[in-house]
Amino acid sequence: MKQDADHNVVRLSEVVKTFRMGGNTVEALKGIDLSIRVGEYLSIMGPSGSGKSTLFNMIGALDKPSSGRVFIDEVDVAQLDAYELAWLRCRKIGYIFQTFNLIQVMTAIENVTLPMIFAGMSRDEYLEKGMELLKVVGLAERHHHKPSELSGGQQQRVAVARALANDPAIILADEPTGNLDLHTGEEIISLLKQLSTERGVTIISATHDIKMLNVSDRVVWIRDGRIHRIEDRENLKIRVGEIA
Amino acid sequence: MKQAVKRQIVLPWSQVLRISFNSVRVRLFRSLITTMTLALAVSFVAYTWAGYEILNGVWPHADESLRQSILGAGYEPVDGNFGSGAKDRWLAFLSLLVCVVGIVNAQLMSVTERFREIGTFKCLGALNTFVVRIFVLEAIYQGFMGGFAGSLAGILVTSASLVVKFGWRVVLDYPLASVALTCLETTLLAVLLSLLGVIYPALVAARMQPAVALRAEA
Repeated sequence: MKQDADHNVVRLSEVVKTFRMGGNTVEALKGIDLSIRVGEYLSIMGPSGSGKSTLFNMIGALDKPSSGRVFIDEVDVAQLDAYELAWLRCRKIGYIFQTFNLIQVMTAIENVTLPMIFAGMSRDEYLEKGMELLKVVGLAERHHHKPSELSGGQQQRVAVARALANDPAIILADEPTGNLDLHTGEEIISLLKQLSTERGVTIISATHDIKMLNVSDRVVWIRDGRIHRIEDRENLKIRVGEIA
Repeated sequence: MKQAVKRQIVLPWSQVLRISFNSVRVRLFRSLITTMTLALAVSFVAYTWAGYEILNGVWPHADESLRQSILGAGYEPVDGNFGSGAKDRWLAFLSLLVCVVGIVNAQLMSVTERFREIGTFKCLGALNTFVVRIFVLEAIYQGFMGGFAGSLAGILVTSASLVVKFGWRVVLDYPLASVALTCLETTLLAVLLSLLGVIYPALVAARMQPAVALRAEA
């Protein structure tokens, strides 16, 4: 999967998404063109209501665009059947959410191993790998706890471990630090950065957390359903300096 | 890529069994509420049917005084059989009808409040059929639990009330086999009702786009 750096792992072409709310239609995305390279750490920044999360759902094949196309590994997502789409979500993409979205009735280890069960691993394999992943996020000793018995930061770390279950090429994070305090938020960010550099995973994160800027290779600013500007890291440092 | 996509996505039945059993066990209190509606629904049916079975069992052996008191209590045999009259069937049918609405409502609620969970399952690569399988199996567990408890309660209450009305002689020829059959029938009825209630909301939930299911308020 990790070939040339020019390879686009995700490409969006004129993506429009409209929602029907009551009688009127709301255009959440008004034509997005975006290419994301392999191994990149990309942040999507923007105020709430700007269409960040909608864009996140489009990139992650969690929802269908009203018009336009989404390519993942140069395959048009609209052309995939339900089975292939499930495969894509299971093997290719790992999701991290603002609200963690762990299965409440399952323990940490069960949450982490679920995608591996879907992927057809044997019990020994998935248990071993699940524990390994929990070790990576530093929660091996709490594998038997339910989400309700874990703190927010710990839940998010379980979610990160779960996102890594099937060695995805892309990790999609929707406001991963939104429900965390400053310190745990930083921990999650550095964990993501570490994964990006060590494993070459493409990280795409929708956020309005300024802390994310320091680790991003590129930042896409969304405003009112359109891409406002895209900045590379070099330019970013100056901007962050100005803010501080 | 197309080739690679054709790889497997599986959820073995052993895992479905485990996941759905756990799901019922962990939120026991919540599932007990759903189970209670099932239990109540079939307990009345079991009460009525088993009552007639007991009377049918004792009738051929009953002496004249017992027969008189049974008829005096308002039971009417049709062709020497209790419970096959139009009125009796109407009663059972009505009680079921009322309960079906309650059961569908309870199952609808229990699926709706788990939209987020369903969305999460789908994000992790679950096929629609996985979601439906899990919910169907949970409904079957609940149907068996509620149905068995309900029919047992109904049978016990009807036996007790007949004993109170007519004395111990009424249960001397207790028709164990046919009462057991009633118990089995009403339990299966509960499973059927439970499935009936769960299948539509589960199908709807399974077909949702993950993003839509995740957006739903829990």
